[in-house]
Amino acid sequence: MTQTKAARLKKHFRKFGAFYLMLVIPMTILILFKYVPMYGAQIAFREFRITRGIEKSPWVGFKYFSKFFSYYNFPAIIRNTLVINLYSLLTFPLAPIFALCLNHMPCRRYTKLVQNVSYLPHFISTVVLCSMVIQFTNARTGLINQFLGLFGVPAVNYMAKKEYFYGIYVWSGVWQSLGYSSILYIVALSSVSPELHEAAIIDGAGIMKRIWHIDIPGILPTICIMLIMQCGRLLSMGYEKILLLQNPLNTVVSEVISSYSYNVSINAGTPQYSYAAAIDLFTAVINLVMLCLVNGLVKKMNQTSLW
Amino acid sequence: MSLKKSSNTIHYSAGDRVFLAADALILGLVFLLVLYPLLFVLSSSFSGGSEISSLSLIPDQFSLEGYKAAVEYDYFWGSYWNSAVYTAVGTLVAMVVTILCAYPLSQQNFRAGKIAMGLCVFTMYFSGGLIPTYLWIRTLGLMNSPWAFLLPSALNIYNMIVMRTYFVSLPEDIREAAQIDGCGEWRYLVQIVLPLSSAVLAVVALYYGVARWNAYFDSMIYLQDRSKLPLQNILREIMIVNTSNLAYSNVEAQAAAEKRAELLKYSMIVIASIPMLVLYPFVQKYFVKGVMIGAVKG
Repeated sequence: MTQTKAARLKKHFRKFGAFYLMLVIPMTILILFKYVPMYGAQIAFREFRITRGIEKSPWVGFKYFSKFFSYYNFPAIIRNTLVINLYSLLTFPLAPIFALCLNHMPCRRYTKLVQNVSYLPHFISTVVLCSMVIQFTNARTGLINQFLGLFGVPAVNYMAKKEYFYGIYVWSGVWQSLGYSSILYIVALSSVSPELHEAAIIDGAGIMKRIWHIDIPGILPTICIMLIMQCGRLLSMGYEKILLLQNPLNTVVSEVISSYSYNVSINAGTPQYSYAAAIDLFTAVINLVMLCLVNGLVKKMNQTSLW
Repeated sequence: MSLKKSSNTIHYSAGDRVFLAADALILGLVFLLVLYPLLFVLSSSFSGGSEISSLSLIPDQFSLEGYKAAVEYDYFWGSYWNSAVYTAVGTLVAMVVTILCAYPLSQQNFRAGKIAMGLCVFTMYFSGGLIPTYLWIRTLGLMNSPWAFLLPSALNIYNMIVMRTYFVSLPEDIREAAQIDGCGEWRYLVQIVLPLSSAVLAVVALYYGVARWNAYFDSMIYLQDRSKLPLQNILREIMIVNTSNLAYSNVEAQAAAEKRAELLKYSMIVIASIPMLVLYPFVQKYFVKGVMIGAVKG
């Protein structure tokens, strides 16, 4: 016997009604704070004024995009963003290497100790991290200058020197996240079958050989996924850390896309919202394209993929 | 943490011994490089703001001046209280919202859940950006209210997926038994699913709590009253704004501000980090577990 549509709907809601009800609040939040701003991103193509609102602001097409591309500092901003992200990408192998080091250390106590300490910096805030960086690099009282002073190296105000900024940004990030990012690889390593190792030991393979032929293939899918994620973020950078480390003396190297869009809008005396929205939209689209490209590439090479 | 056990019966070859020596050395180096700066800050916070710091981890003269200066700083207690309230309320709200999202989405036979999941995952890869969000929050009239950042951060998709993955792994037969006994979805969620999921709830609450306590950017752009600012913003003010010379027009005011800031810098760093670092040993095992659950999903 066929049920009527209404009856089927009624049955469906009797079964799943509670689920719909549960989803009301989360979906409201998602739509309100994620999807409405996506709709609002159209101000990138409009001459937006707070007093006019979105719909009443006239369309200006790609005016603000070309304004950004022809901005005299555009190449420098893109360069800074790319250099910092590519530099971070170069430090990417450190986490898997650290995980391998932990994994092959026979003394469990020692491993645990190092591991637990390495997670600690993950819990301190960006403000604290940057405060520490600024304190340590201080020319007169900083830790780094004190230490290098022992070897007769003259004191340098590192935060004011252009050539050190990228390094400071990237390595402070490594310091904070090395332990935490290694967890993923440790988890992946623990799923590598111990039988493979036992067989290899019987065949006389040393640790290096086993790492190369057993462990690395075992964690390769994880490495690939993490690499895809990082490549998808080549043009994006959070606001928090860069704004804290930026000072008037290092803006040549510390102005990146995110800090620039913040500095011309929310942080500016006369905020240029449409301009900043265009900059953000440009980045978001490039990132999405990058993510798809890299994902496609990796998918072709082997079977790992984000989706 | 599950690392493989090496049996003690293995005889290491010469090459292996070199490897292990290098390995031990690397781990020792990482240990020192991570721990030394942290201990240095702790020790300096007791040195009473003496100008030249030594590299030693034991302060020259023990003093609580730095902490006294921190406690006497404008808005110190207020901002500490704000941070505590925002963290508590923010975590609580986020947990409720995340559970309400993760549970229906973990039900395989709930088809509409797939659409909702798609909506969630899409926001991980694309966002409208800071400016449209900021303008929309203004339009909503949330400026200068902590809800401007507590509500948007109430649903973190990554955390939701971690929780959902865990819910999916719960055995299906408990559910069937409960349904036969006439247990509704709400009661099933509250009385059976949640008590069974205490590990993942702890992890996700920890993620939300740490993120809220440590955040400064959203509170900086949305809050205008100084009295509403959380601790991280006050710390930022002391560490970064005060020392850059732009804020003061006259030299003496700047010198005074710098001296005061110098005195309380390290102690403020310690005070701002202590709650999370004290929490850490208790939650450390959950925390690693969370990454493992998340890793299953990839």
